[in-house]
Amino acid sequence: MPLGKGGQPPPDGPRIEAAVRAVLGSMAGDLTAVEAALLAELEGLGRTVARAKQEIASLRVDDITQSHIPSATDELDAIVGHTAQATNEILDCCEVLEKVAGRIGGEEAAALGDAITRIYEACGFQDITGQRIGKVVTALKAIEARVAAVTERFMADAPARPAAPPPVDPTATEGRRLAEGPQLPGAGVSQADIDRLLADFD
Amino acid sequence: MDKNTNVLIVDDYKTMLRIIRNLLKQLDIENVEEATDGQEALAKLRAGNFGLVISDWNMAPMTGLDLLKEVRADGRLKATPFIMITAESKTENVVAAKAAGVSNYIVKPFNAETLREKIAKVMGNA
Repeated sequence: MPLGKGGQPPPDGPRIEAAVRAVLGSMAGDLTAVEAALLAELEGLGRTVARAKQEIASLRVDDITQSHIPSATDELDAIVGHTAQATNEILDCCEVLEKVAGRIGGEEAAALGDAITRIYEACGFQDITGQRIGKVVTALKAIEARVAAVTERFMADAPARPAAPPPVDPTATEGRRLAEGPQLPGAGVSQADIDRLLADFD
Repeated sequence: MDKNTNVLIVDDYKTMLRIIRNLLKQLDIENVEEATDGQEALAKLRAGNFGLVISDWNMAPMTGLDLLKEVRADGRLKATPFIMITAESKTENVVAAKAAGVSNYIVKPFNAETLREKIAKVMGNA
């Protein structure tokens, strides 16, 4: 087999094309029905490869990596910023209400205090959603890297290169390796499960 | 729990620090200091006198688990009660935290009653 750039075998596209030409070149005289079917299959395969290359070219990967994904991550960052701002304003209001409750006293103050506590609890959403959005941003960046790697492999005549694996930091501590953020509902364990688990250690 | 106990709360989300501080205030716990990651927390712990640490897990550069390990490895700090409040809710996280010496573990989102109950338990007045 002829070698491509740098002494490496040529990529799949040229290899398939060369194989088709070799098969056709070996066919002298009339084709049998089986050979004709094989030829049709090979032609179809060639057209599919050509169409796939065109479709990948039309993806305009530069738009994805330079515009779409950065824009999406900026939007997600803005969501985190806006929710943080709104949450802090809610907390400002709660702190004012706590002072009012202190002046009122009695049952009304207790009722107000309970309501304020529930608002504080609910405001924890900002932390959870922020962490979830952080996970989405990480996923988008991984998609960006994979798309770029696949496109490069199909579009260039350079030897095939596998998509970059997700970065692994060999110096990461156990705390960092286990830090994945919030689990989807049903995927993690509940507070009751955690309490039982900890009790098992005691 | 002694109302004069100094409590260090650690979280990289400023809003979360504010929420926990306000919830602690409702429990009459007002001597509260804050840190936004494990390294800052460790420096404050070594410089101060804290009777309770309430820490998030997922922070950079030093995580809550790494902070816990540093605390337990420090001769002066090793007996300090340490509560993890985190969104990390996988069993392996809880097991790793327990192996590192966590006093209790609260999964986010949490409510004020859970916080009160866990503080009471680790401070010995449950």
